[in-house]
Amino acid sequence: MNAIKKVCMLVLLAVLPVLAIASGAGVQLDKAPLNLQDQASLQRGAKLFTSRCLACHAAAYMRYNRLHDIGMSDEQIKTELELPDDVKVGSTMQAAMDANSAKLAYGVAPPDLSVIARSRSADWLYSYLRSFYADESRSVAWNNTVFPNVGMPFVLADLQGEQVLAVEQHEGHETRKLVLKTPGTMQPAEYDGAIADLTNYMVYMGEPAKLVRYKIGWIVLGFLFILFLLLYSLKKEIWKDLH
Amino acid sequence: MMNLISKLIGWIDARFPLVSTWKAHASEYYAPKNFNFWYFFGSLALLVLVIQIVSGIFLTMNYKPDALFAFASVEYIMRDVQWGWILRYIHSTGASMFFVVIYLHMFRGLMYGSYRQPRELLWIIGMIIYLALMGEAFMGYLLPWGQMSFWGAQVIVNLFSSVPFIGHDLAILIRGDFVVSDVTLNRFFALHVVAIPLVLVLIVVAHLVALHEVGSNNPDGVEIKKHKDANGHPLDGIPFHPYYTVKDGVGAVVFLMIFCAIVFFAPEMGGYFLEDNNFVPANSMKTPEHIAPVWYFTPYYAILRAVPPLFGSQFPGVVAMGVATVAFFFLPWLDRGKVKSIRYRGPIYKVFLAAFVVSFVGLGWLGLLPATPTYTLISRILAVVYFAFFILMPWYTTIDKCKPEPDRVTSK
Repeated sequence: MNAIKKVCMLVLLAVLPVLAIASGAGVQLDKAPLNLQDQASLQRGAKLFTSRCLACHAAAYMRYNRLHDIGMSDEQIKTELELPDDVKVGSTMQAAMDANSAKLAYGVAPPDLSVIARSRSADWLYSYLRSFYADESRSVAWNNTVFPNVGMPFVLADLQGEQVLAVEQHEGHETRKLVLKTPGTMQPAEYDGAIADLTNYMVYMGEPAKLVRYKIGWIVLGFLFILFLLLYSLKKEIWKDLH
Repeated sequence: MMNLISKLIGWIDARFPLVSTWKAHASEYYAPKNFNFWYFFGSLALLVLVIQIVSGIFLTMNYKPDALFAFASVEYIMRDVQWGWILRYIHSTGASMFFVVIYLHMFRGLMYGSYRQPRELLWIIGMIIYLALMGEAFMGYLLPWGQMSFWGAQVIVNLFSSVPFIGHDLAILIRGDFVVSDVTLNRFFALHVVAIPLVLVLIVVAHLVALHEVGSNNPDGVEIKKHKDANGHPLDGIPFHPYYTVKDGVGAVVFLMIFCAIVFFAPEMGGYFLEDNNFVPANSMKTPEHIAPVWYFTPYYAILRAVPPLFGSQFPGVVAMGVATVAFFFLPWLDRGKVKSIRYRGPIYKVFLAAFVVSFVGLGWLGLLPATPTYTLISRILAVVYFAFFILMPWYTTIDKCKPEPDRVTSK
């Protein structure tokens, strides 16, 4: 046993410095305030997503009627999400703009957003959607501190307003800060809340099973724990006579 | 009722060695009574194999091996197939947990000298299983057709093209194309779901047959067959059934609790079991900034990158990587120690084994990170330690001062 302990200690000693080096660098992302239990937030996010994002992006693996998960009925899906008459609730979320025209307009085909929260992370989405700023040097007139030289124009500008990048020199340090120049229809806190809802929704959309996964997990673990108790006492009983 | 059952067994036994097989491999297979924690991982590996085969069968029913549909069909499994997400997470968790279990199983062999005479062939069969498993995992990883699937396969297959003279053709033979493509996906699918599993099951059976022929080693590294009772049963042995079936059963349930905790609460395992970038569909025109294989291959990947290229060819690194995997095969003949178990080995072996574990884990970690000059230097040092464990083994096991082995196994 002593040898094993030594081995474990050595492994730990070898790995710890590497761990320290590995964390760090990159853009500072804000923590997304997620709550998948909050159906009202998920529904607000779904509305924002279908009204804004689906103009150019698709979510081709996500079906509208999957939104039953977050408490929306077929009727609500049709009316509140303003589904066109030719789109059935059982169909997947397709972009309003076709991919080729989008590519011609923005230089890149807008990526499918079904699992974007899984590839980019919730914190990235939450930060990215709050980090657009006006930049005349760009053809779309917008830039982003989280995704420099992004191809996407800022489609939520009417809500947030127009931010600019303020670069200040402080004792040799350069600080870059986003400042709201022209306010939008939402107050800054209100806008952050709307983006939190949108991020919340996109995390749900990335993996709808997440809503039930944890609940089922506790049941499975509970079952296994009872099985463990039974098997362990059986093992004790069988091994009792051994010496 | 009992009469009917015994009649049925009698009927079968007259035509098939049912009772004798059961006796030889379970109720009268004598295993040492002093197995400890490290002896759970053999049966757990078998459990994971079954989990992978069963979950894999159901995934195959819904998956489409086609470059146009593969990524979408995985999302279809995750969303539209009833309980499909559980199947997929079981299979992806199983892939990583297979290697966790196998690495611990192999480490057990290193600690207690389980590869030593008369278990050389048992060890070699086990190593063949390990190699087959690496092939199985590598090919399976291409199937979700995400960016990491594609570029991981691209990088690994390209390694083969560094082989002098035949490399270029060899890489084309593996891919079936000039780049990783739909053709590659189809052949990897065939190999992943039919060819390699078939081989795996066969050699796992061979591994068990070989084990039951020579009998299990134990934490003391002494042969229990040296001391038998009047009936010819080892004094320190106990029948596998019921003693170890029930004990391994407890181990299996504890393992399943960990397994299910991952499946239900952290299936991505922070990006190590399911990489973030693999949720982006494969795109041959867009190389990801940082390509790293899945964690279980990274020790070898780090060795590959640690070896400097020769005349602009990566071949030396590829050779080093190959040697690093194959080196385990030679352990039975490299080890000259007088005792098998680490319990009675001298300090030198313990230091070397500890250093080896540090190098293996350290290389695994470095293989996940981008190569910087500092990391490459550390990788080189650790790679030297890794190979020193094998190359110097005949020397340090000879000079090491061993403690006397006990005659019989010590208390559990």
